Amino acid sequence: MTGRIGVITFPGTLDDVDAARAVRLAGGEAVRLWHGDDDLRGVAAVILPGGFSYGDYLRAGAIAAFAPVMRPVLDAARRGMPVLGICNGFQILCEAGLLPGALVRNAGLRFVCREVALRVENRSTPWTSGYRSGAEITVPLKSGEGRYVADEGTLAELEAAGRVVFRYVDPAPSGALHDIAGVCSADGRVVGLMPHPEHAVDPLTGPGADGLAVFASVFASVVDAELREDRM
Amino acid sequence: MTHLASTTDTVEKASATPGAPQPWRELGLRAEEYARIRQILGRRPTEAELAVYSVMWSEHCSYKSSKVHLGYFGQTTAPAVRERMLAGIGENAGVVDIGDGWAATFKIESHNHPSYVEPYQGAATGVGGIVRDVLAMGARPIGVVDPLRFGPAGAPDTARVLPGVVAGVGGYGNRLGLPTIGGELVFDASYAGNPLVNVLCVGAMRTEQLHLARARGVGNKVVLFGASTGRDGIGGVSVLASQTFSGEGSGRRKLPSVQVGDPFTEKVLVECCLELFAAGLVAGIQDLGGAGLSCATSELASAGDGGMSVTLDAVPVRATGMTPAEILSSESQERMCAVVRPADVAGFLAVCAKWEVPATVIGEVTDSGRLVVTWHGETVVDVPPRTVAHEGPTYHRPLRRPPTQDELRAATPDRLRRPSTPEELRATILAMAASPNLCSRSWVSDQYDRYVRGNTVCAQGADAGVLRVDETSQRGVAVATDCNARFCALDPYLGAQLALAEAYRNVATSGAVPVAVTNCLNFGSPEDPGVMWQFQQAVCGLADGAAVLGIPVTGGNVSFYNQTGSTPILPTPVVGVLGVLDDVRRRIPVGVGLAGDGLWLLGRTRDELGGSEWAHVVHGHLGGHPPEVDLAAEAALARLLASAAREGALRRAHDLSEGGLAQALVEACLASDTGAQVTLPGEAFVALFAESSARVLVAVPPAAAQRFLDLCGEVPHVRLGVAGGGSLEIDGLPRLGLAELRGAWDATLPALFG
Repeated sequence: MTGRIGVITFPGTLDDVDAARAVRLAGGEAVRLWHGDDDLRGVAAVILPGGFSYGDYLRAGAIAAFAPVMRPVLDAARRGMPVLGICNGFQILCEAGLLPGALVRNAGLRFVCREVALRVENRSTPWTSGYRSGAEITVPLKSGEGRYVADEGTLAELEAAGRVVFRYVDPAPSGALHDIAGVCSADGRVVGLMPHPEHAVDPLTGPGADGLAVFASVFASVVDAELREDRM
Repeated sequence: MTHLASTTDTVEKASATPGAPQPWRELGLRAEEYARIRQILGRRPTEAELAVYSVMWSEHCSYKSSKVHLGYFGQTTAPAVRERMLAGIGENAGVVDIGDGWAATFKIESHNHPSYVEPYQGAATGVGGIVRDVLAMGARPIGVVDPLRFGPAGAPDTARVLPGVVAGVGGYGNRLGLPTIGGELVFDASYAGNPLVNVLCVGAMRTEQLHLARARGVGNKVVLFGASTGRDGIGGVSVLASQTFSGEGSGRRKLPSVQVGDPFTEKVLVECCLELFAAGLVAGIQDLGGAGLSCATSELASAGDGGMSVTLDAVPVRATGMTPAEILSSESQERMCAVVRPADVAGFLAVCAKWEVPATVIGEVTDSGRLVVTWHGETVVDVPPRTVAHEGPTYHRPLRRPPTQDELRAATPDRLRRPSTPEELRATILAMAASPNLCSRSWVSDQYDRYVRGNTVCAQGADAGVLRVDETSQRGVAVATDCNARFCALDPYLGAQLALAEAYRNVATSGAVPVAVTNCLNFGSPEDPGVMWQFQQAVCGLADGAAVLGIPVTGGNVSFYNQTGSTPILPTPVVGVLGVLDDVRRRIPVGVGLAGDGLWLLGRTRDELGGSEWAHVVHGHLGGHPPEVDLAAEAALARLLASAAREGALRRAHDLSEGGLAQALVEACLASDTGAQVTLPGEAFVALFAESSARVLVAVPPAAAQRFLDLCGEVPHVRLGVAGGGSLEIDGLPRLGLAELRGAWDATLPALFG
């Protein structure tokens, strides 16, 4: 079994079918994980999709960060498993302490759904290795609480260490600081971003297929790791 | 709790105290309706029974003023047309076969009055309600369309209502994970005190998953599941939806009774229901909307084996001290009622537990012919369910063509000053493109998620929203809603047909084959004979039109009392049409195509400006005749578009409607971000701004030109020019740069609403 990539469904998760489809289109096997699960069923990477987990009536991602499935996610992330949070998933990873900073209400106070141009600024993560250096991609953004914020020290650290993975090419519709669309953990294994690469995997239903490389990257990475393990 | 029981009005007490005064008038019943209830029961109703009858006999639930006219839809549906319908009028939503074992269901509902009182929650719960209707047919809801109408764009109250409604539609739909694939946004003074918030939901299912709302099988259990029951929305249908706000008749101002929505609970409820359907655990199902449990229990029983017993104590409530009448008429959202075989109850409850959806057995199906509801061991309701659900009052309201209609028809736009110089024509094109009814809708649609679930093929700016239903075969559906209410004011019969023709054409222009019609009939007070005449005319026009086109009207919704004081809204029969695409990859997007593509105008243009957007924007004029209706031409055009789409003979297309050819060219150029060089057929003003029906602009790749011409056959077609360049160049007019056009088109709504 190779290329098993988990997709978590919390109650209120909406883009799980899209994330699973993207994994399949990239060649992987999407393994559906439930918020109440206490193990990750042997997956090699895990995706927290977009949506409004538990309704997000409190603060986006605040409750999901404490869901049972997050305990094995935290353990796996500490051991270096690739983890991706998209939109609500990014919010959850920040709430769970796997990524620095926070996502707050858009500067315009309205939900924004539009296609945005992103620059891939770090291609050393397992989720971005398939992009060309400095690649510009077009993917949909759709969120009401997508404005990335962090204190000055954290921002400086992220910038210095190349941990801003995706940046809006034009001024961020959300008003995100430094036009940050996505960041990664210190080891680069955990990535979170607000826009939706899983909605840009087929020109028929999205702005193009620019997002597919996110899923192809991680698929290549986990298959490669599995092959290396087999050889050892 | 025992002291409560002792104060409860039971059947026993009702029999013993026939003369006790009852608040039937306050509950919206007329004297003769109250008398009829007493006659049906052979005694006075209990407080709970009175609550049940009053909500179920409200205009909103009983269709008492419209029923006599709505029958015409059935009478005009030919047997061959009816065959494709798996479920029709009277069910929660109409269902049609779309091939390959798939069925689609769709319906529109209004949430007009609540949205005026509380724009956010009114609109939000409107989305929630129609989604549950579609879910109750056994389908997965797959998309929503929002036809919205407001007062003048610049009016202060529009700035209060519109942003709240849009945020409410988005706040609920986005959280529910349903793509918004289309809608309408219309401004007109007649909606100033009475906005129209209509929501269409479309769902898809395998045909064997069709579920009908009936309680069959004596001994089967009745399960209430979803949210708990509270005091919100009590009397919503009878108070809000069935009378005008001033409430002069009752001598007191009605209190708002708007429900509060919880889209998270609905999302979980949707997934829970779909799992229940897939596991075969549901024998019958009904959503709880207007009139709450009263409606669900009486309709399920009435359509099934005829009897049901309900233990009201079992209903989970979220407020203390609720009376049986309150529990029965609560309109708390996100609730469903299922009929479950006894052997399946444990499995049913287990699926609900997985989704953490509270579920409670509250009763069972009987063959008593009675709906019997008990509370603390005493009977509080004992009625024949058909008298509640299906045999409510029917009114033959007086109708009369208003005497002012002749003046309206006589006030033709012929004397209005028309732009004549090239500069004037150019300025008119720009001014029209920037006008509130024609400008870019992105300010609204950018607040709606159109990507979720990954099956949206066309949405923002499209003639029809297109959704993929089957990822393997690429089979899909297209949906559009339309209504030009100014045409309906000039002639409600033809206006309704023009609305049908436009929705039909929009679906066809996307490359789909139209297969079914639904509607949301928004009108003023049925107690106004002039309004009733408009209504009757519109119903006949729509039914006759659908019969000519050979597609069934599968259901609909009636919203009366849309007026401010004694002034009704423009008659607004919003028509929705559903179409089928065998392969969504063959859909035709809006645009002028690529540089070098030939631009053709299909259809015949006449000097038709009555009710036009030009007369409205430039002269504030409404009068004369609406455009001619030619349904045979519409059908021929649709056949041409479907075959041309299938053969790949069209690169892009765009329907002509409000604003005529000028607006179609502007929108198509902006959609493709490509200019065009065009020579106008005939007199410039008429060619640009007339709103003749049965017309479509198409972009044909050079290689397909001959095949396209062969396919045209009898359909009138004229070559306008070619796509290309950075501006719209209309023969004889100063050019219109795309940047200037886009600036004018994009700026209006952001300038108005921030």
